[in-house]
Amino acid sequence: MNGNVEQQQEQEERQEEYRLLVDEIEPKHNIVKNCFFAFLVGGSICLIGQLFLTFFLTQGFGFNEAAAVTAGTMVVIGAFLTGIGVYDEIGRIGGAGSIVPITGFANSIVAPAMEYKREGFVFGVGARLFTVAGPVLVYGTLISCIIGLIYFLLY
Amino acid sequence: MGDKCGQQSLIFSQPPVIISGANIVGPEEGEGPLGSYFDWILDDPLFGEKSWEMAECKMLEESAKLALQKIELQTQDVDFFLAGDLLNQIISSNYAARGLEIPFFGLFGACSTFAEALLLGSMLMDGGFAHRVLLGSCSHHLSAERQFRYPVEQGVQRSATAQWTTTASGVLVLEAQGEGPRVNMGTVGKVVDMGISDVNNMGAAMAPAAADTILTHFQDTETNPDSYDVIVTGDLGSVGQAALVELLKQRGFDLGEKLQDCGILIYDTCEQDMHAGGSGCGCAAAVFTGLFLRKLREKQHQNLLLVATGALMSPISSQQGESIPAIAHAVAVSS
Amino acid sequence: MLLRFLVKGVESLSYLIAFVVGGLICVIGQLWMDLTRASITPAHILVGFVTVGAVLSAFGLYQPLVDFAGAGATIPLSGFGHSLAQGAIKAVQQKGLLGAFAGGIEATAVGIAVAVVFGYVIAVLFNPRS
Repeated sequence: MNGNVEQQQEQEERQEEYRLLVDEIEPKHNIVKNCFFAFLVGGSICLIGQLFLTFFLTQGFGFNEAAAVTAGTMVVIGAFLTGIGVYDEIGRIGGAGSIVPITGFANSIVAPAMEYKREGFVFGVGARLFTVAGPVLVYGTLISCIIGLIYFLLY
Repeated sequence: MGDKCGQQSLIFSQPPVIISGANIVGPEEGEGPLGSYFDWILDDPLFGEKSWEMAECKMLEESAKLALQKIELQTQDVDFFLAGDLLNQIISSNYAARGLEIPFFGLFGACSTFAEALLLGSMLMDGGFAHRVLLGSCSHHLSAERQFRYPVEQGVQRSATAQWTTTASGVLVLEAQGEGPRVNMGTVGKVVDMGISDVNNMGAAMAPAAADTILTHFQDTETNPDSYDVIVTGDLGSVGQAALVELLKQRGFDLGEKLQDCGILIYDTCEQDMHAGGSGCGCAAAVFTGLFLRKLREKQHQNLLLVATGALMSPISSQQGESIPAIAHAVAVSS
Repeated sequence: MLLRFLVKGVESLSYLIAFVVGGLICVIGQLWMDLTRASITPAHILVGFVTVGAVLSAFGLYQPLVDFAGAGATIPLSGFGHSLAQGAIKAVQQKGLLGAFAGGIEATAVGIAVAVVFGYVIAVLFNPRS
């Protein structure tokens, strides 16, 4: 019994030692460079969004409608760029800069759906469409209902 | 009849002869520095099939046919077919075996499968159960990506330690007699887990298994680094190789230039943006049947030790946060 | 004529502000990914941004950012969380308890439907390239 505990401790020590070794060896993320490109790509996507937003505002939409139409337009663009195989290239450079904007949400809907088309239209496209969008909608709905309920109780 | 030697090693009394080998690789592998060593470079990763899974299967089947064609044999001349791949339930190998109609052993050892097949195939031969054995393994970048990582069109940044699953297949034919490189010895690996759980750093997870198998091999067979011209690891990549060098140094072995890695050799890692290098069942298979088989035949290498490593996790175990167990099998081949 | 909105936007610096603020929000995402190693996937990032955006919005902290940066605040997915939270709060004001459940989805229904419809169409029309 005692031997087992000792053996386990020894194993854990060796694992810890090895983890330190690997930490030393492995190439580090270039955080500054990654952040710079995330800023550039993410900022550019928002800039394009702002172009649409300003345009829709001059067309007589209220701010909220204009923002919604802009979001819809950006989703369409993101989905299209995914379809023609450009968005993954943007993502390789931009990292979070291409994930965080709503175009990244569109990308995460189209990419798995397209990929799994060969598994059929129900379990392939239908189910995989929500691989990433599903969790986003689940937690989005949850948090909005919680906020609504709290607001209702306080209101 | 062969003998077990030490804890984990085998010595073949009638070393089987590698009489033929063939391989097929994808476009990226063809563009790499070893492009000229491969038999068949695909332009289209779909290989004319409907899905990447079926393309992978066709790659294995076609390389098997090619290896037999080279020595003018038919599938019925072969006693057993041993193969494996990375996909769930090793479907590429199963479907390839369906087409080949040779008695079949399906194997899974992740990226170590090629060495596992070579070891088991040699044991079948030396045990007198087979006169001729066909063995191989394959992997496909796009089918592996969708199973283990993300859909290809998803915009995801690859980690600097990540390895690129190769689109490649490699097949060997073993015969009891004949001219060619011989499989003399082997060491069966133990599953080793040093607590690495980052699936983007499989090289680091596999390096301790490679070190364990190499050290055991030296001890069991009373060999040492000087017994070999070259020691080829399967697909540790640059991070895993660096870790292996450190681990061996700690035990007093410095292999220096002798240590080579199929995952590093197959791509120009800077030019091709492959990060830490290649991986996958097809990587060691294609590099061994392409580059090293030729070098052995041309006597550029006299004694070679192939140590193919495999990371034995699944998407489920890694989502559950388990660490990555790894294995390495060693096979000694002499010209 | 049509380009007048361009001039208008440039004069008010709104493009520059959207670029900088949107870019900075993405940098937060990048830092989150790079500093927490490999277990963070795009799905985690997206869920995190929606949730954080909704919570900030509920405390009234996100609206000022939207007023300041426009698309720089609405295009990142935290803006989606903002719409969800504001939708729920406004619906409670109008319909009471029912609104707490309906509001978020109602406010974002257009976006979700567009994403599903276009996502589906694109997925059916195109095939993944290597």
